[in-house]
Amino acid sequence: MVREALARVVDPELPMLTLDDLGVIRSVEETPEGVTVTITPTYSGCPALQVMRDDIRAALAGYGTVEVRTVLSPAWSTDWISEAGRRKLAEAGIAPPGSAPRGPIPLLLTTPRVRCPRCGEPVTEELSRFGPTACTALRRCPACREPFEHMKEI
Amino acid sequence: MNDSVYDSLAESSDPRWAFGTGFADDVAAEITAPVPDGVDPADLAAYCLMLGDDALILQHRLSEWVANAPELEEEVALANIALDLLGQARVLLARAGHLTGGVDGGSARSTAGDDRLAYFRDQAEFRNVALVEQSDDLDFARCVARLLLFATWRLAMLQRLAGFADPVVAAVAAKGVKEVAYHRDYAVRWTLRLGDGTAESHRRMQAALDWAWTYLEELFGTSDVERRLGVDPAETRAEVAGILDQVLTRATLTRPDTRPSGTVGGRGGRQGLHTEALGHVLDVLQGLARRHEGATW
Repeated sequence: MVREALARVVDPELPMLTLDDLGVIRSVEETPEGVTVTITPTYSGCPALQVMRDDIRAALAGYGTVEVRTVLSPAWSTDWISEAGRRKLAEAGIAPPGSAPRGPIPLLLTTPRVRCPRCGEPVTEELSRFGPTACTALRRCPACREPFEHMKEI
Repeated sequence: MNDSVYDSLAESSDPRWAFGTGFADDVAAEITAPVPDGVDPADLAAYCLMLGDDALILQHRLSEWVANAPELEEEVALANIALDLLGQARVLLARAGHLTGGVDGGSARSTAGDDRLAYFRDQAEFRNVALVEQSDDLDFARCVARLLLFATWRLAMLQRLAGFADPVVAAVAAKGVKEVAYHRDYAVRWTLRLGDGTAESHRRMQAALDWAWTYLEELFGTSDVERRLGVDPAETRAEVAGILDQVLTRATLTRPDTRPSGTVGGRGGRQGLHTEALGHVLDVLQGLARRHEGATW
């Protein structure tokens, strides 16, 4: 029941994704007093975090005292976005992230290849590494000429 | 759908402190973790301030570009980078605040440690390096040059700190590596574009690099606190130099040969000795909060 209520809470900035799809819910514990939900932020300064906390509390109203804990470790990765979440992103015109980088960070002097989520064109150009939210980059497709967002791998 | 975002704000009966977050929630559950064995809490708090103040002060300088950047995309990028750094600063300052104890526990709405440390410390209590406090005078090349040096160093530092004994520093580092990799990448790409661009962009990028480079040496200085904690920024010197050399070569820029600045007799920001520029930052950053302490909206 708690899980079902929680499953309806969506990300404030990417509302096509539930928090479950996004992979930010780390644990749900039912206690005699209520519920403790543990979440992890996507980015350190993510301004959506407070809204997520409020939305979780609102969704679980009626289940007793709701405590929302934030943990930083282990650090969230786009690899935690579910398959369903990736599909929903693509359907909404946002290119889903590829595999997150691991190990030492190489100095990249080129930009990654990202497929256009609208027409499937394999090679698109990057307009800006930082898009309207912290987690997306802005790109353009040379084939269909549409701009689109790409969720950055972290 | 979007209504709920505003509803949740409007329906909150909890007034928010106008100049801080006013969040009732802890920044992160890890903040109150016990201090690891063999680590001096005072040293750990001081080190959290060093890492946190670097991020806090640079995010302020980056935020000055909002409404001033050459293009909207750059404004968004710089604001996003600033936001990442602000997030890192909040956790580190909250940890420092926890370690040094709640000073204002008596007030009804006690100010969280991160807000108290950000808004009510004097200049000599800040522990950031001189590089981050300088004004770039809204010269975009300077903004890029400073970010290139800082992000290259910080990334190298955070990669090492991901295995540090303190769980908060380690968590911020592990998360920060992912973020600062994008910051470095942004600065690298602009350095290439401006350095290997027109004669004018090359000239200005080189001048900006010469300016920022004078503050680079301080990043590799090891303070007593760092020595006791076993974290040595000097270890990053070769890695940082290697990356910067690669970038400068590709950007057709010359490695500056300027005299180090920003420290006096080996003492600098890590000891609370700052340049005039920090006073200007703090005046803007803290002015309202100090004049209207505890104001809510």
